[in-house]
Amino acid sequence: MATAVQTADRSGTSPHNELQSWLEAFTDAEREAPGRALPWLRHLRENAFARFCEAGFPTTRDEDWRFTNVSGIARTAFRAAGVAKIAKADAAPWIVEGAAARLVFVNGRFARNLSALKSLPQGVTVASLREQIEKHPETLEKHLARYADTRRDPFVALNTAFLSDGAYVHVARGVVVEAPIFLLYLSTQENAPTMTHPRNLIVAENESQVTVVEDYVSVGAPAHPFRDETADKGGAPIFSNAVTELVAGENTVAQHYLIEREHLKAYNVSTLRIEQGRSANVGSHSLLLGGGLVRNNVHPVLAGEGGECLINGLFLGTGRQHLDNYMHVEHAAPHCGSRQFYNGILDGHTHGVFHGRIVVHKAAQKTDAKQTNRNLLLSDDAQIDTKPQLEIYADDVKCTHGATIGQIEENALFYLQSRGISEAEARKLLLMAFAEECVERMHAGAAREHVEQLIREHLLFMESVPQIATGTVTERNWTEQG
Amino acid sequence: MSLLEIKNLHVTVGGQEILKGIDLTVNAGEVHSIMGPNGSGKSTLAQVLARRDAYTVTEGSITLDGKDLLAMKPEEAACEGVFLAFQYPVEIPGIGNTYFLRSALNAQRKHRGLDEMDAMDFLPLFREKLRLLEMDDKLMNRSLNEGFSGGEKKRNEILQMAVLEPRLAILDETDSGLDIDALRIVANGVNSLRSPDRAMVVVTHYQRLLNYIVPDFVHVLVDGRIVLSGGKELALELEEKGYAWTEAETVGVRA
Ligand SMILES: Nc1ncnc2c1ncn2[C@@H]1O[C@H](COP(=O)(O)OP(=O)(O)OP(=O)(O)O)[C@@H](O)[C@H]1O
Ligand SMILES: [Mg+2]
Repeated sequence: MATAVQTADRSGTSPHNELQSWLEAFTDAEREAPGRALPWLRHLRENAFARFCEAGFPTTRDEDWRFTNVSGIARTAFRAAGVAKIAKADAAPWIVEGAAARLVFVNGRFARNLSALKSLPQGVTVASLREQIEKHPETLEKHLARYADTRRDPFVALNTAFLSDGAYVHVARGVVVEAPIFLLYLSTQENAPTMTHPRNLIVAENESQVTVVEDYVSVGAPAHPFRDETADKGGAPIFSNAVTELVAGENTVAQHYLIEREHLKAYNVSTLRIEQGRSANVGSHSLLLGGGLVRNNVHPVLAGEGGECLINGLFLGTGRQHLDNYMHVEHAAPHCGSRQFYNGILDGHTHGVFHGRIVVHKAAQKTDAKQTNRNLLLSDDAQIDTKPQLEIYADDVKCTHGATIGQIEENALFYLQSRGISEAEARKLLLMAFAEECVERMHAGAAREHVEQLIREHLLFMESVPQIATGTVTERNWTEQG
Repeated sequence: MSLLEIKNLHVTVGGQEILKGIDLTVNAGEVHSIMGPNGSGKSTLAQVLARRDAYTVTEGSITLDGKDLLAMKPEEAACEGVFLAFQYPVEIPGIGNTYFLRSALNAQRKHRGLDEMDAMDFLPLFREKLRLLEMDDKLMNRSLNEGFSGGEKKRNEILQMAVLEPRLAILDETDSGLDIDALRIVANGVNSLRSPDRAMVVVTHYQRLLNYIVPDFVHVLVDGRIVLSGGKELALELEEKGYAWTEAETVGVRA
């Protein structure tokens, strides 16, 4: 504990009370956690908590957190969100059609009444993690918490310490699940700060195919809960700290979607840790629309030869949102390809971050890694920090990266207007075209349609906010950064 | 009332005066050609007519059918019938050619109180114009001008013009960079749009185009001023002698 206090001390907040509060929360959580009798799980949680105490929350002096200040999370005394029940009718606006299965979580707990688990093909298991721990813990030990490293990230440690519920998806060898599996995480408005630590494990055995969508939503708020910041003042902050481990076996095709659309008082930290086997083809698609402060970690490890990974993302910021994307692509085997494409549209006083780290291990010859980050700033006060970080230990590799920061092209806007299209419509068309670059990388189907619909609605909403109706535009449009 | 009336137009860009008092009257049914050396302000005039706001009008007036053109935004001018074929058409990735053109047409139809055209209604019209410009409809499945050759871009401008049927068409060097076949196709498209209630302003460096699109009037723009106006023969004379001699001439219409 001595080290813990010391480390936390650097953050300049009051370390003792903070830790005391976390210790109480942890003790409470442990009492209720599933699988208390399983030594491996108990140790996992305890070690993770000890690890978190040791490390404390990161500060901006930490290279990986340079652009994102999480002192707001550290300072707030979050408690586990209470049990809440949501009627089917109230959840209806968030339900997406065309799913192979749907798991709904309310304040981090599985809500059976809102979920749909029928009609799954044989060989597919979709269950709440809590139930899986209670009924079939032996199915979990091999993979659970074997990939997401508690030493690397204190948020992963925290999630693991509080591990209790989330989604468990298992697809048996050779099984193809055509329609996406939707995971919906609803948080309710509470009077005191609450937190959830969703934990998901997705295992796609060799030669299988699966698509999983994680959708984070605040209920009891209008469709655009972050539209009116003043209307938000009543509710307390929420903190969602999710970790997903996606294990893609040999020759699998797996697609993962993350959609963040919580309200502006939400802190959302999401970590996707992908472990790819030989010739696995994995796509990660992130869509950040909501949340006050969002940290989106995507960490694929290409551990088998011939793997392909697409890391695709779009972040749209308004108001004072802080949207941080931290990519960490690890090439650990030869002949793998990774492509990162992140597009950002930032308005108002938003701060966007794209940190694209590529690590090519010594064994990973013939690696082909590509990274592109493109940003549109719609206001003078919006800000983007984009940072490539290449660590290459193999000698026969191809790595490229590039970033652009620009504004809506005055040229293009004028061209559209000169044909009779209104300025507002022209802006919307240009923004949508920019956003579509990300949509086009997604496989056709219900997940893509859902995402596309959300983007359309969100851009309409962004264009309706007065602060951005017109901005000053310059003749020079794209500035090459890297 | 004239279709277009420009009076004493002064325009600055980035604090520098580019147009220094232009007077020009264009009546319905007429074709006017504007010629002049590089940098003399031809595109500036064209862009001001299309209402690009990077250009500041410091003096003078422009009316379109008696309406104050300078009070209009670009989309309003377009809806009132102004069409500019760009010297450098813009490539816009992610916006489909066909979708764009139908949106533009519908925006203009709406302005005129007409019903919007759905994709089914639009297609036959669009096909007809594609044939007129001898354009491959595969091109239209692409994004707006994306990856088009110079000639294809210019043809696409005239295609848009043919679909939108403007009242005042301004062609800014639509002929530059075209081979003779493409030039003939473009000119043919333009000529098919000549009509008693439409006017055209054709900006060009070369007399060549004017063999195909025969103008009623030719104006010489030098250093932001119209220094000479005349009939179509003036273009031939300019081709022979260049522009230098025009500056010595007195400003006005020569017989
Ligand atoms: N956006 C701008 N900012 C600064 N100067 C400009 C701008 N646009 C045009 N100019 C200047 O205005 C002058 C006239 O330009 P314009 O494009 O109208 O000429 P032009 O007659 O069309 O020439 P060309 O025959 O080469 O097309 C030039 O000196 C040009 O550099
Ligand atoms: Mg020009």
